[in-house]
Amino acid sequence: MEGKEIYGMLIDYEYCTGCHTCEVACAQEYDWEEGISGMKVMEIVEKLPNEEYYLVYLPFPTEVCSLCLGRIKKGQEPQCVKHCMAKCLEFGRLEDLMEKMKIKRRTVIFRPR
Amino acid sequence: MKTEAESIRTTAWSAGPGCHGGCGVIAFVKDGKLVKIEGDPDHPWNQGRLCARVLAMRQYVQHPKRIRRPLLRKGRRGEGEWEEISWDTAYDLIEERMKRIREEFGPESFIFAMGTGRDIGPWISLLAYSYGSPNVMFALSGNACYSPRIAALETFQGDYCVFDAGQWFEKRYDDPRFVLPRCMIIWGYNIHSTCPDNLFGHWIVDMMKRGTKIIVVDPRLTWFSSRAEVWLRIRPGTDSALAMGLLHVIVNEGLFDKDFLEKWTNGALLIRKDKNVLLREKDLNPYASSQNFCVWDERTKSVAIWDSEKLEFVPSNTVPSISCRVHLRDISGREIECETVWDVFKRRIEEYDPHTVQKITGVPEKEIVRAARYYAKSKPASIHWGVPIDMTPNVTPLCHAIACLWALTGNLDVPGGNVIARFAFDAVAYALPGSEGVIKLKSKEKDLTRIGRDKYGPFQKFIWRCQTDSAFEQIFTEKPYPIKGMWIQACNLLAGIGMDPKKWREALLKLDFVVGVDLFMTPTLMYADIVLPAATFLEKEGIRSWWVPLQCMKRVMRIDDCKSDAEINFELAKRFDPEFKWNSLEELFDDILKPSGIRFSELKERVWVFPPEGHPSHPYLRYEKGLLRKDKKPGFQTPTGKFELYSVLREEWGYEPMPLHEEPPFTPLSRPDLAEEYPLILSTGRRSPVYFHSEHRMIPYLRSIDPDPVVEIHPKTAQKYGIEDGAYVYVENWMGKAKFRARVTPVVPEWMVMATHGWWFPERDPKEPELFGVWESNINLLIPMGQNGKDGLGAPIKHLLCKIYRA
Repeated sequence: MEGKEIYGMLIDYEYCTGCHTCEVACAQEYDWEEGISGMKVMEIVEKLPNEEYYLVYLPFPTEVCSLCLGRIKKGQEPQCVKHCMAKCLEFGRLEDLMEKMKIKRRTVIFRPR
Repeated sequence: MKTEAESIRTTAWSAGPGCHGGCGVIAFVKDGKLVKIEGDPDHPWNQGRLCARVLAMRQYVQHPKRIRRPLLRKGRRGEGEWEEISWDTAYDLIEERMKRIREEFGPESFIFAMGTGRDIGPWISLLAYSYGSPNVMFALSGNACYSPRIAALETFQGDYCVFDAGQWFEKRYDDPRFVLPRCMIIWGYNIHSTCPDNLFGHWIVDMMKRGTKIIVVDPRLTWFSSRAEVWLRIRPGTDSALAMGLLHVIVNEGLFDKDFLEKWTNGALLIRKDKNVLLREKDLNPYASSQNFCVWDERTKSVAIWDSEKLEFVPSNTVPSISCRVHLRDISGREIECETVWDVFKRRIEEYDPHTVQKITGVPEKEIVRAARYYAKSKPASIHWGVPIDMTPNVTPLCHAIACLWALTGNLDVPGGNVIARFAFDAVAYALPGSEGVIKLKSKEKDLTRIGRDKYGPFQKFIWRCQTDSAFEQIFTEKPYPIKGMWIQACNLLAGIGMDPKKWREALLKLDFVVGVDLFMTPTLMYADIVLPAATFLEKEGIRSWWVPLQCMKRVMRIDDCKSDAEINFELAKRFDPEFKWNSLEELFDDILKPSGIRFSELKERVWVFPPEGHPSHPYLRYEKGLLRKDKKPGFQTPTGKFELYSVLREEWGYEPMPLHEEPPFTPLSRPDLAEEYPLILSTGRRSPVYFHSEHRMIPYLRSIDPDPVVEIHPKTAQKYGIEDGAYVYVENWMGKAKFRARVTPVVPEWMVMATHGWWFPERDPKEPELFGVWESNINLLIPMGQNGKDGLGAPIKHLLCKIYRA
């Protein structure tokens, strides 16, 4: 298996509902103490023209995210991807994720530390 | 040698996640300890996903503060002095005390209180009914969660229904029988909390990804409303006016399904104008049935009879007029003027033109029209409603109006519409609205003393709990009989479910004997005499037939002396009932499962089972196929066999038989006097994705995500009152006050604040007066009891009045 540098996480922030599953899934897997997780979810209330607003949740990998490479080697998904309630997280090779990003709006690719 | 953890497949329901979902999980257990839990990728319900609450199970199940042994109170109630006792001692003490109360005051003087059910319902009923008491109490004012909606639909539709997400099929969205709804109205429901009412919130997200468009009814900016085609930002408590407004547009623009109206509703029945009631065959013929109704036959230009038992017209070739005004003679020869239900219904909705509805609801007229057209023109379309529907006194007429929306648009029990939901294989454990279960009272006479039964129609026909506000009152008045004890199971009266909670404390103090069953010590259980340690879903065997699929829970581990609610209640039920008919819990499970032809041992192997095609608990279009009624005739299980635009039962009970809006008791419109001092609308109960009601505050993973009780305040409102984001504020009204952290955010409108519910602080001193801080941030301190609908249902939990100021 190649190194971590070729992998990343595609996040479809149109569909993240802010359920915090990814945070706890990671905490359980790595036995983090509370408050630490490989994922964090931010809430952003975007102000738009005409007094309109758009509510977005953005999950992103933190400094402790390892992309679950240990699980990947065993043929499993990262814990956060596996459990995501909105199925809005995808793990993969950066070049493959890039192709997916071309056809889906409101997405972002993260390459963690 | 390193041993592998054993993996066991089971269902997450009841204590643990707390919610009403039925997610498939795989628990990894090693040396009797839970090492990990994951979503079951093969389970059609959650398809491998899991929420934060289940993923935090390791911290829950092995939590150091779990109650692990039965406790006997020492000292005064609330002092928090306990002695650990054995199960045998606990059972003996409870048996003796409860039998003494039964002998002296009768079994009905003991109330059996539960929280929001989950798997508690059958087992608390088993205990109450074996003891002989009909008084099982769901402890929320106006029974205002789910039961009112079910009872309402039983009343005019005969069966409950839910949005279709292909949950009836193993392959779900890919099953060829399923059709994706083109539009969904999401009415008072936020995705975060995920699994209310035996549904999985993210199914809606799955469908949105596949192309379903949404219309949202909500005063708050939510994830859904941000993504809606139309967002109807309603003033809380005016939902019934909005539903009538939508009907107004749909009917007046001819966007309804005329075929369904004529064939499957009772729109053609005649209403006599002199008394404003349905014309019955008995009005024309003294020897005829009072349960048969009349229509105007277009063919013969005379009255014809709708035989409600045979579900046919007499004469059989009658062509009923859907719209007419006729003059008839009753038995005394007096002339009476009659109109059809449909004509009267149309006149009722005429009162709710979009302009009028805008004035009531605050929703712009053009948005009402746009939403109505969008919903009615999208086929199929469904409506998903949340608990705010129950949390208003006008709940039943509101349900009626919304049900008319899905019925008149031809979306009832069709693929992708609102699909009738029945217990899997019709295996019913205990009496729920509209159904009789295996667990029931020994005789109908035993039910006569049930509190609220005489007073309220739905409580005689569909709701087998006591009416909570009446029970609450009776504890103090002791009329018509005294209440002497309470069994409190998975129910945090003081912190979560009880409105006016300080008065509930007084109620508990008044009782001679209180038993509490729970997993953690709570403010409520500080008033118990004996506390019994209950189990999480991982420590219990159980069955679940709530809609589909049929599921089971398997014990994967044990924690000290904790027992499942079923085990606890089974043991005591045996002691109370000399004729108790089951020898083991498994025998009882098998009895409940009997209609499915599957035994518990087999269900444990399979974990979940779907009812087959052709079974009444399998869709679609069952009213056409004769799968809903006991007599197998096509139609609905209602007094007329039709979907009732005009409710026969409501007429008989003396309530308004057609939908309408009634302004709730404490709003700026109904109480301008109060609004002067309390100018903001107080809405409560905004859900957190990491908590279920008053649960989970002691779970570190979850608490770290949502640490404080929060009230949401609009930036302009916050500025007006000098409140910064994160500051502590008091929310106050004539009932009391509670302290919250201000979350200054435009998600709420300027004229409303939203306070979270269920707050107590398990980390604080359990003893009085601190009582885990239960009086500090408890929004229920501001909510009265006893403000219910005319039928005893609903309560104003989401629309009160308040003021706010810096703490």
